[in-house]
Amino acid sequence: MKTKHLSGLQKILVAVSAVMLVVVLFVPLWKILLYAPQYPEGLTLKMYPHKLGGDVEIVNGLNHYIGMKTLHTEDFIEFTVLPYIIAFFALFAIIVLLVNRRGLLNVLFYSFLLFGIVAMVDFYRWEYNYGNDLDPTAPIQVPGMSYTPPLIGYKELLNFQAYSWPDVGGILFFGAGLVLMGAVVLSWIDKRKKRI
Amino acid sequence: MKRMIIPVLSLTTAIFLLGITGCKPKNAGSAAAGDAASRVYVAPGKYDEVYNFVSGGFSGQVTVYGLPSGRLLRTIPVFSNDPQTGYGYSENTIPMLNTSHGFVPWDDQHHLEISQTNGETDGRWLFANANNTPRIARIDLTTFRTAEIIEIPNSAGNHSSPFITENTEYVVAGTRFSVPMDNDNGDVPIDTYKKNFKGTVSFIKVDPNSGNMDIAFQILLPGVNFDLSHAGKGPSHGWFFFSCYNSEQAHTLLEVNASKRDKDFIMAVNWKKAEEYLKQGRGQKQKVKYAHNVYSDDTHQATSTIKDEVIMLDATQFPDLVYAMPCPKSPHGCDVDPTGEYIVGSGKLAALIPVFSFSKMTKAIEAKDFDGDYEGIPVLKYESVLHGEVQKPGLGPLHTEFDGKGNAYTSMFLSSEVVKWSIADLKVLDRAPTFYSTGHLMVVGGDSKKPYGKYLVAYNKITKDRYLPTGPELNQTAQLFDISGDKMKLLLDFPTAGEPHYAQAMPAEKIAAKSLKIYDLMKNKNPFVTMGEKESRVERKGNRVDVYLTMIRSHFSPDNIEGIKVGDEVYFHVTNLEQDWDLPHGFAIKGANNAELLVMPGETQTLKWVPEVSTIFPFYCTDFCSALHQEMQGYIRVSPKGSNVPISFSLGKNSDATVEPEASK
Repeated sequence: MKTKHLSGLQKILVAVSAVMLVVVLFVPLWKILLYAPQYPEGLTLKMYPHKLGGDVEIVNGLNHYIGMKTLHTEDFIEFTVLPYIIAFFALFAIIVLLVNRRGLLNVLFYSFLLFGIVAMVDFYRWEYNYGNDLDPTAPIQVPGMSYTPPLIGYKELLNFQAYSWPDVGGILFFGAGLVLMGAVVLSWIDKRKKRI
Repeated sequence: MKRMIIPVLSLTTAIFLLGITGCKPKNAGSAAAGDAASRVYVAPGKYDEVYNFVSGGFSGQVTVYGLPSGRLLRTIPVFSNDPQTGYGYSENTIPMLNTSHGFVPWDDQHHLEISQTNGETDGRWLFANANNTPRIARIDLTTFRTAEIIEIPNSAGNHSSPFITENTEYVVAGTRFSVPMDNDNGDVPIDTYKKNFKGTVSFIKVDPNSGNMDIAFQILLPGVNFDLSHAGKGPSHGWFFFSCYNSEQAHTLLEVNASKRDKDFIMAVNWKKAEEYLKQGRGQKQKVKYAHNVYSDDTHQATSTIKDEVIMLDATQFPDLVYAMPCPKSPHGCDVDPTGEYIVGSGKLAALIPVFSFSKMTKAIEAKDFDGDYEGIPVLKYESVLHGEVQKPGLGPLHTEFDGKGNAYTSMFLSSEVVKWSIADLKVLDRAPTFYSTGHLMVVGGDSKKPYGKYLVAYNKITKDRYLPTGPELNQTAQLFDISGDKMKLLLDFPTAGEPHYAQAMPAEKIAAKSLKIYDLMKNKNPFVTMGEKESRVERKGNRVDVYLTMIRSHFSPDNIEGIKVGDEVYFHVTNLEQDWDLPHGFAIKGANNAELLVMPGETQTLKWVPEVSTIFPFYCTDFCSALHQEMQGYIRVSPKGSNVPISFSLGKNSDATVEPEASK
């Protein structure tokens, strides 16, 4: 009977993930750093759950040379939806604690995993669109060149070196996933012990 | 015998000539310290340790150098207009150079002072004097721009300025020329000097928050030539010391007639007392006329106000306000040591340097130890106020600075050297030759309570063979010395702009940390700002045309303008929409009779233009702003007077070649 409920450690893990997700709402998820000879100090783009931050205006000023669309928070449905989804998962984690069922924990984890994958695919999709949907009348046109920033890691884009990394929020988001996975793994271990 | 005379004569001549050339002193000018190269080398991309602000003399500007490299960092336009930035040409900055004599676009900028808090340089503002048309400027050290200029009435030749008190309570001015006062009849014979000519010193209050200047009071003094000054500090805070010469009151051939007396004076002014008298309402209001010009970083616009009153305190009416300390032979420099106890006078023609003691001075005043009076000013006995004399320091002492370790450094114009001496025992410790004829010298923080020391720069009046020749006109030269050890070490020569007189310096950190990068466009309150391309436009009111122009990489908006007519007064209000560091755009239009505009990110500047012929005028960006800078241009069509071409403007609408142009329809 007992095994249907969460163990003490599992409760702590689920609680931790809930707290982490709440924090994610207020900090940047992702950052793209751009360096060029003219920008030794670097330009930063920060993706918060609800907005774009950092040197957006400066990057927009530069983008028109290669015909990239300018970036505006209000052009992305993501910035409206994302905070609710993250808040939903935080709430979901709290519900798992209250209901205290291992089955529901599994639902939470797998749905969160699915959301994470969808989010990364979506992120790549809009990076790709921005990098490839270029104005045909742009002043600078390099045949065969697209400007999709790296999903994660480093890429050279003309005179810019672009680095893309999870910011505090992104790390916490991954962390929340790992913590939840830990809780799910604990269930498996319990099951195995029982069989033996 | 006669046959022998010629060979003998030739031989003696040859020996004589050989002797002369043999006697020529060896050039010690290359005697730099062995490790000098590494001491002044600032690697590419690395920063200098110290900001050095150097007066521009007859250039009217201030230059900023980095030390120890001697690299020129910036020229700040102050009293002279500057076509490369549009300073003094743009509608925004023309009022900065307004005076009671109208627009004065040049001056002779001699001395500088960094603002101080508790007697230490705080790096907020830099004060600069104008010698010719008496003015004081305040430069904001976040923008390195002239923020304010105030004219000094009742004055001619504002030389003993802009020295400040230890908390920047006051910045002072003093008359180099004594003259009839502004509200007296000035149409008098010059030889009535003794009767009609007066000197003044002025105390200008500095607002501790905004820095804004306001003349608090002037002190009426005998008609002599005031030369230099420095404030008391620490125990002598509350006093100001002014050197003066021409106590002979000569008005012609001063080089002879003003050099007759054995001693002139250092006037000690008790400004705290002056404040008391002012509070009691004992000053006299005088009608005068002077300009007060302030530049606003919010509106990007200068305003000039003509003021019409000052309060004058006649020193002869207040016996405890000013005392005269006799000082040998036409004193020039008047420098107060970091402790505030010692006042060093530098008699240009004296063979010694007198050092006065502040505590002895106060005792002598208490004891009324007077040697009569000079034109109503009590004269203190020389011996009673003297700490001592530096004997045989060199020839032509001019200026003294301090290292905070009890040493003083005096520039010697005639013997062309810097002499280091000890304040306590007045012994000469070291001498270093300079190339050539040093005027001012400066130790980093050397006139503050806490000198930074380490470096001394001598600003020389004669350059001659120090650099590759450039025809008859040579830039003046500065020499950097390391003064951290017992002996001064020559490290570097570097050429300067204009004629440097006094200079100031402080460690870089404080100023660098507060340096502004851009003007916030959202806070731009210029009445002619254009907050985006959508608002860019052209408006006509009678023959006045206002062009609201924006600049962003790499285009103007609008860039095609029609409907301007010959004789129109066109005002280009140019807003730089960039919000990124180091992205100015320039604006230049063919045939402009003034200059260009160089507009910083977030700033709006206005240039007036009156086209005189009907044709197409091009305009373009002058600052290589981007890869497409050469594409940043536009056209203005100017039609004849009375033409009915309507005002129109556009951006990015290239007409089809087959479509007939509108105007020929």
